[in-house]
Amino acid sequence: MAEKKLMKGNEAFAAAAINAGCRYYFGYPITPQSEVPEYMSRELKKAGGAFIQAESELGAINMAYGASAAGGRVLITSSSPGIALMQESIGLLCSVQLPVVIINVMRGGPGIGSIQPGQADYNQVTRGGSNGDYHTIVLAPNSIQEAIDMIGKAFDLADEYRNPVIIAADGMLGQMMEPVVMPEPKAALTEEEIPVVKPYALTGHKNKRDRHAINSVWLKQELLENYINEYWPKYEKAERELQDWESRNLEGAEVVFVAYGSTSRIAMEAMEMLADEGIKVGLIRPKTLWPFPVNAFKEIDFNTTKHIISVELSQGQMIYDVKLAVECKLPVSLINRVGGMLLDPQEIVDRTKKIMEVK
Amino acid sequence: MKRITLIVGHYGSGKTEFSVNHVINLKKQYDKVAILDMDIANPYFRSRERQEFLEDMGIAIHFNSFGYDITEDLPAISACMKAPLENKDYMVVADVGGDNAGARVLNQFKKYFVDESDCEMLIVVNANRPETADLEGALYHIRTIEAETGLKVKGLINNTHLLRETKVADILEGYRLCQDISRETGIPITYTTCVEKLVPELEKAKAEQGLDDMVIYPIKLYMRPTWLDRK
Repeated sequence: MAEKKLMKGNEAFAAAAINAGCRYYFGYPITPQSEVPEYMSRELKKAGGAFIQAESELGAINMAYGASAAGGRVLITSSSPGIALMQESIGLLCSVQLPVVIINVMRGGPGIGSIQPGQADYNQVTRGGSNGDYHTIVLAPNSIQEAIDMIGKAFDLADEYRNPVIIAADGMLGQMMEPVVMPEPKAALTEEEIPVVKPYALTGHKNKRDRHAINSVWLKQELLENYINEYWPKYEKAERELQDWESRNLEGAEVVFVAYGSTSRIAMEAMEMLADEGIKVGLIRPKTLWPFPVNAFKEIDFNTTKHIISVELSQGQMIYDVKLAVECKLPVSLINRVGGMLLDPQEIVDRTKKIMEVK
Repeated sequence: MKRITLIVGHYGSGKTEFSVNHVINLKKQYDKVAILDMDIANPYFRSRERQEFLEDMGIAIHFNSFGYDITEDLPAISACMKAPLENKDYMVVADVGGDNAGARVLNQFKKYFVDESDCEMLIVVNANRPETADLEGALYHIRTIEAETGLKVKGLINNTHLLRETKVADILEGYRLCQDISRETGIPITYTTCVEKLVPELEKAKAEQGLDDMVIYPIKLYMRPTWLDRK
């Protein structure tokens, strides 16, 4: 096994992307993710890649469009307001089916917000802020090691589905340190391999084939409808095949927490504190936010569980997906903080007991 | 022990955790003690996050001008920092931002740091950080911080750890790296930090391997919430 190193989340995100064969990164600094462009500016060229500090987040995401169209593996990172600026082009990438991995190191919002951790971009990442029919696949790690592994997977999924994949991280994951192991590095595709592996890529026809065009404009609506119906089954496939979650102690649980990212780790400490008081609490931790892991909720022990609690750093966003998944079989409550404030394990304990008093 | 201790190093090497431990230890011996959070590079895990905890112990803490507001993003620090630097009754620990970029802030207070009988700059080294895992990387950080500040590093703090996964072998590995740095530069190893529960095991290894010069500095993790180390 490779040696463990102590890494800061943002450094590890960048290193994991290079490791996964990413050779193009376009970024613009924003707290709490600025260590990613800093790392990329230093390290990406050593791997034979290209780093550009874009003039803005808009510039960055559209440079990503170009590099992805040419067949490269591209990473984009930013934090909440920066990701907000990119929304138009995320829809554009979906419309032309180009793979890009986007990491959102979420902070407090809305607007410019605060620089402390947040999860209030849940709706932004799972519903999207662009126009038209599209989805982005959203993965939510709760540790730096899991983020490293998910970034590798995200590049594969982006290529397989020809679609942007978002990693929903948060400021805590970006800024904290953890001992981690990097997986074996993957080589980037060579110029010869790109036309074979990514036949859509703009690699130059060299008078040997028809030209490729990557274009989002459809002047004949019938053709656009046909095009959408052609690619839409990939989203249905994703909903069937990509749901991923971790569940703990669901059997015999009185209460089940649903929490993702850093918040899930705070919830885990609260679970143990409640267990010490004789209150059995289970956990569903979504590892995919889209598709939301509705199948996880079939594991709930409906004989014993009386309450489902969505634990979020947002004003109740994931709770709607939780309610859909619970299908009105149980009451769903919210324990949350917003604006960049973290939940404290003791606060979760106290609020859980209050919720349990309600009949 | 000098009146003013400047704690510098690569980011993520553990400057803040050491600084907070050090100032708490100083408070046990001295009446007037201050910690200066000079970190203008990092938005999280700064010593100002423990402001109330430190003030309750009677330790003065200075950072920006916004009191309890830990989220301020301005790369600014308060002129109040000059008070304990001027007042010779104070023992001062300066928790400086990472790398040479973070150490740049020292320049504006340089007149307080040039008297080597009153002030010393120590560098924190964690051999488990990828950038300071070898002699070349560690020397690079020493040279760039010295060049940035015009001050000389007077001691090495071997702070090699893997958080709660730390083993004594890690600490000894870091000690060997610091010995190499020391041979190359002549800078002595001032402390070797060790989480409290590993101290007896490290003492044993120290005795067995005849590392008589090793000064073991027990550390408590004041900065890291317990839930971060939950699996």
